[in-house]
Amino acid sequence: MSADTKSLTSNEAIRAELESWLDENWSPDRSLLAWRDILVDGGWAATGWPLEYYGRGFDRGQVALVHEIFREKGAVGAASVGPRRLASETILAMGNDDQKRRYLRPILTGEHAWCQLFSEPGSGSDLAGLSTKAELIDGKWVINGQKVWNTSAHHADFGILVARTNWDIPKHQGISYFLIDMRQPGVEVRPLKQMNGHASFNEVFMTDAIVPAEDLVGGEGNGWAVATTTLSYERRGAAPTLSGASTSENPQEGLVYDEYREELKIANEPYTWYPQRQGRVDLVMSRAKETGAISDPVIRQEMAKLFCMSKGAVLASQAAEAKRKSGSNEIVPAGSIGKLAASVIARQSAHVHTMISGADAMLSGPTSAEEGMVAEVLISVPAISIAGGTDEIQRNIISERVLGMPKEQRSDTGPFRDIKRNT
Amino acid sequence: MQTEFTEDQEQFREVVARFLQDKSTPLSVREMMASEAGYDKDVWRQLCEEVGVAGTHIPEAFGGFGFGSIELGVVAEEMGKHLYCGPFFSSSVMAAYALLNIANDSSKVKLLPDIAVGKTLATLVLDSLNSPEAVGRQLVVANNSLSGTAAMVLDAHVADLFVIVARAETGLGLYTIHAGAEGVSVDLLETIDQTRKVSRVSFKNAMVERIGHVNSESLDRTWDHICVVLAHEMIGGAQHLLETTIDYTKLRYQFGRPIGSFQGLKHRCADLLMEVEIAKAATHHAARCLDAGEGEAYAASMAKALAADTYMKAAREAIQLRGGIGFTWEEDTQLWFKRAKSSEVLMGTPAIHRERMISMMEQQS
Repeated sequence: MSADTKSLTSNEAIRAELESWLDENWSPDRSLLAWRDILVDGGWAATGWPLEYYGRGFDRGQVALVHEIFREKGAVGAASVGPRRLASETILAMGNDDQKRRYLRPILTGEHAWCQLFSEPGSGSDLAGLSTKAELIDGKWVINGQKVWNTSAHHADFGILVARTNWDIPKHQGISYFLIDMRQPGVEVRPLKQMNGHASFNEVFMTDAIVPAEDLVGGEGNGWAVATTTLSYERRGAAPTLSGASTSENPQEGLVYDEYREELKIANEPYTWYPQRQGRVDLVMSRAKETGAISDPVIRQEMAKLFCMSKGAVLASQAAEAKRKSGSNEIVPAGSIGKLAASVIARQSAHVHTMISGADAMLSGPTSAEEGMVAEVLISVPAISIAGGTDEIQRNIISERVLGMPKEQRSDTGPFRDIKRNT
Repeated sequence: MQTEFTEDQEQFREVVARFLQDKSTPLSVREMMASEAGYDKDVWRQLCEEVGVAGTHIPEAFGGFGFGSIELGVVAEEMGKHLYCGPFFSSSVMAAYALLNIANDSSKVKLLPDIAVGKTLATLVLDSLNSPEAVGRQLVVANNSLSGTAAMVLDAHVADLFVIVARAETGLGLYTIHAGAEGVSVDLLETIDQTRKVSRVSFKNAMVERIGHVNSESLDRTWDHICVVLAHEMIGGAQHLLETTIDYTKLRYQFGRPIGSFQGLKHRCADLLMEVEIAKAATHHAARCLDAGEGEAYAASMAKALAADTYMKAAREAIQLRGGIGFTWEEDTQLWFKRAKSSEVLMGTPAIHRERMISMMEQQS
């Protein structure tokens, strides 16, 4: 049997098994949690995960097929939005059996929401310079310190946390990785209002917060390696391992849909302004026509520059993806280049929107251009070149890892205690 | 539409690259620049006979290899990298594309086979190198007698055959005349970029042969084809400048460390890489659009605008990051800088192409 026929048969087998399972078990009239319990027990919640942990060890293509069948049937899948996937993928990769047993299932069912507790006011780009302290006292870890930029922390039941457990060795070596219960007196969450008025993030203050010894991941002092696992998921976007459907494609009625829509609404709330921080290139031509700015030759030039960059960046990322697939050993830093390009595009788009609007660009709110979206672009674009690693850090990565340029000389290689830092 | 190069195309690139690495060194480029002909006849003959570049995109029916814009782009990209000096662009690209897009079949059969093997050097005579709309204001034909001046014609001083777009009473037409015919005079001009030889060509009651009717569609299409090849030349040159500049910053020491370890330089190089990658992707995309017959005009203008701006930026950065040595005659960077400048303005400045993009988009949406 050739490889092609084999995978064909197995895809057909997957389809047959899943369709009949869904016909038997899927019903929109259950509660979301009740349905997801059935989903997890049936082994269809996270088919890309290993057999021992709710999965079937499927490859990307098979997971995509499962996803497609869920969509066709309009069936709701495992909980997947927000930072919870950073937690589940990290625990799956680096946690011990006990941690996997305790934490993975409630993540899939949506019972537990998670947040990420990495950045600190004193360590942004230099994450490994963090100074939240974890001390082992009477068999429990006691946590003191402050975190920042914590998306959805105000809804979270648990957090993935990096803290310093040793101050007398180089900075990367003294970090440990914890799973912390957010619902305890020692943890205080405050919303952090941004310059565009949204509050997508929080500050988290930990004062003698407690983490049981069994919730240390990867062993004491190995936190940097575990955090790197989380960050790599965050940067490249977690590989598709879950099945699921989005409500926009499923306007059906039923309790499970109502609860699912509510879950999505809460989870997606922090991200409503994200399209605006990318500049809303899609609005430029219609705005130019509406306002008559289209007849201004200077604005036309700036518009064309914008369209060149924005289309060019898409083409460059497709070319990088094609190269990656063909197994070329030429390093194509698609992620970092794409991120730099996104900043250039967003800034140029804000510039063009400003030229098009003229003095009207002073106005905001629902009665202003595009129901306030243009105004939101103008005050959200500064975020794009900071979030997820500043442009300056991206340029360091590109120049050192891709262009092979020499590293900057470091002054933070000794014991962490001796390194100059923010006070 | 194809999204990556095939194995055959990559192998073809290797062959062209190896040849040029050997035969188009900075030293030989300087010799060609100083010579009046501007190219080495032996190298051109070998390029045509051994690599077959002159007929890459010319259909087999007319004596070529029948490949498309993608393969022709591969040749041009490598030539841009190695700053090849020769009649490839004027003859195989400009003149051949005009014939392919505009000439009647009998003229194609008669003229293209010799161009495809590099035996005939043809060049395209346009009275504007700025935009197709401006073509046909200086060169006028009446009763097959051509008069007027084309201010700039590539490689006219070595061409055997002039392919001319001129205005007749019936509209624009495509004409030919042999070099040296009565009423034709060619004056080699002084230029910034000596790797491209440019002449003024004047006609005074020169007897031409009409070989096709030019409409705005066929002229635009010819223009697009030429621009996409030129864009390939430019991204090849930009890539070369990026690579050599990075190498330089690793070798040059100041303040006790390689200057490439300073963030101020690293960040500029990272930005340049981003722009080069984007220009390359847009240019390769334009070739694929031409071959697929989808959205060619928009893609061609986008490629020309992006490649030109990127090449010039690479050239400016290449000199700045080298410091004083970068501004000397002796250092090779200036050769690419000058080619970047001539490529930027040939067949439409970036601003002209951007305006064309917006006009097209405006009508679509």
